[in-house]
Amino acid sequence: MPSKYTGLLFFAALCAAGLCGCARKQAAESGAKKIGLVFDVGGRGDKSFNDSAYNGMERARKELGIEYSYIEPGEGADKESALRQLASGREGLIFGTGFLFTDDINIVSADFPDKMFACVDYAVNPAKPIAPNVVALKFREQEGSFLVGAIAGLTTKTNVVGFVGGMDIPLIHKFELGYAAGVKAVNPQCKVIVGYAGVTGEAFKNPAKGKAIAFSQIDQGADIIFHASGSTGLGVFEAARERNIKAIGVDSDQYSEAPGYILTSMIKKVDVGLYETVKSWLAGTLKGGVTELGLARDGVGYVYDENNKDLISPETIKKVESLKRKIISGEIKVPSVKENR
Amino acid sequence: MSLDGIFSLALLSQTVRISVPYVLAALGATISETGGVVNIALEGLILTGAFCAVLGSHYSGNPWVGVMAAMTGGIFVSLIHAVVCIRFRANQIISGLAINILAAGATKFFLKLIFHSSSNSSRVAGLPHWSFFGLDRAPVIGAIVSDSLILAAALLVFASYCLIYKTPFGLRLRAVGEHPECAETLGVSVYFMRCAGVMLCGVLAALAGAWLAFDQHQFSADMSGGRGYIALTAMIFGKWNPLWAALAAALFGLAEAFQIQLQTVGVSVPTQFIQMIPYVLTVVLLAGVIGKSRAPAADGKPYPGEE
Repeated sequence: MPSKYTGLLFFAALCAAGLCGCARKQAAESGAKKIGLVFDVGGRGDKSFNDSAYNGMERARKELGIEYSYIEPGEGADKESALRQLASGREGLIFGTGFLFTDDINIVSADFPDKMFACVDYAVNPAKPIAPNVVALKFREQEGSFLVGAIAGLTTKTNVVGFVGGMDIPLIHKFELGYAAGVKAVNPQCKVIVGYAGVTGEAFKNPAKGKAIAFSQIDQGADIIFHASGSTGLGVFEAARERNIKAIGVDSDQYSEAPGYILTSMIKKVDVGLYETVKSWLAGTLKGGVTELGLARDGVGYVYDENNKDLISPETIKKVESLKRKIISGEIKVPSVKENR
Repeated sequence: MSLDGIFSLALLSQTVRISVPYVLAALGATISETGGVVNIALEGLILTGAFCAVLGSHYSGNPWVGVMAAMTGGIFVSLIHAVVCIRFRANQIISGLAINILAAGATKFFLKLIFHSSSNSSRVAGLPHWSFFGLDRAPVIGAIVSDSLILAAALLVFASYCLIYKTPFGLRLRAVGEHPECAETLGVSVYFMRCAGVMLCGVLAALAGAWLAFDQHQFSADMSGGRGYIALTAMIFGKWNPLWAALAAALFGLAEAFQIQLQTVGVSVPTQFIQMIPYVLTVVLLAGVIGKSRAPAADGKPYPGEE
């Protein structure tokens, strides 16, 4: 009976797929200090967050001589068990990339008090203290967003700019508020249109919706749109191409996604965060608690290079650089928390 | 802020663009369920269609090859559903769910394999714009009336209606969906008709995916974004009738466009509330106004049933 075999084959294929899904990539054993890393959904090759984390680890491996192993959990996979697997090995410092790891790290870190854990974008709960072996690695996205907002405010011709957020959550509000404040700081007349793609995680992976929101903003006159919305933003770039306006990328330099249409990108240097954390861990100075990387510690920034130097005027850059110095010195305070609406 | 800031040609254009995948997938589901096979695999079919469309266009440089590839992919994946549900009489919901999960994983796997990214593919050629009587130069709506897949979707709505209600094929399809035993005694092959229904659904849902992909000129992981489930709702809302299902799909599109527009003009209504509108409408309308929405009698029941 063919039916028997098809069923069996199917099952075997599924099992094989399951096994591959969670395989742990192991570096060769030696005496070097070991670090573990669990990627966020998407894993390597996401051209953003995870790739940046990977670059940070690679740099640490080359420059600091550490070894590391990493796990790429699939969609809906058990992040906690991935962390646990690394923590029970030789790894002394374990990274979780993404705010989704917050709860898992809280649980696992309690079971391995002699290991250090670091969580990128850790969501701090004011009612709950952070464990002494947990480093909450946070970025002042609002500061980088402020600068790209200033670039947008100085570059816009229509005096209308847009912002497209992914999921409507406090983390993304930081981008929105920083951006709006940056626009207003240099161009008080400029209008900022804000749109969010949704209220669930899907909102970060819906390019068609991103394009629709961008179209709607362009119809209202927006000629520059900043997005903080994962792959939803690819739709924003597509809209920028079609209607010939400019878009601003996020997290990493997104110029290559739509060459000529990306004014700049707000970069979040997850690699720097990871590298610095590894460095202080090796020096024995790493302590639990919140570590915030802003403009001051080169944790965030904007892109100005060969690709986009024709799109931004030198005067704009001069102005933005002076704003940057003011933020670092504390002269300008960038808002990051939304008032009750 | 004035009302004409909200109700405008731009809103219409947005509604059409947002509705296209809903309409196509809802038509597919309607045809499949008319034949008595529940197809919640829409989400997976849309993803498959989107990915195959990009793949076809990427390798050939011709978007029409992409459309063909999408339809082939849709047929192939719905073949799995057909074999599992019709030949082996498995639970249709489980099979559909399995296909959704399989498609989400498989497209990501091949995305990484072929395009070396877990996020998105490289850029491919999109479908050319057609010009009828210079309509494509009309402001705002020009982009819609010149888009080949949007026009195709509009045609397919009527084609599906005619197929189900005006052809011998449609009569047989409805027969196997309502009373397969009866159809069988009259010499209609239940297997064949149901398979055909599922395949057609695969083609239509894959076209929905192709539209998404060509609108973005690329594939990105999970780009279907739950549209398959909304299409299913539209089908139920439309009482398993292609015309009504398409209308319901357009209504969901309108609600989404409306919600985007409200955000853009800065009306301070919580987005969650506006996003609720279509679902609330569905519940309210189904509960009373339009009367009972009745599925085909043998919908979801394997044939032959338990002896």
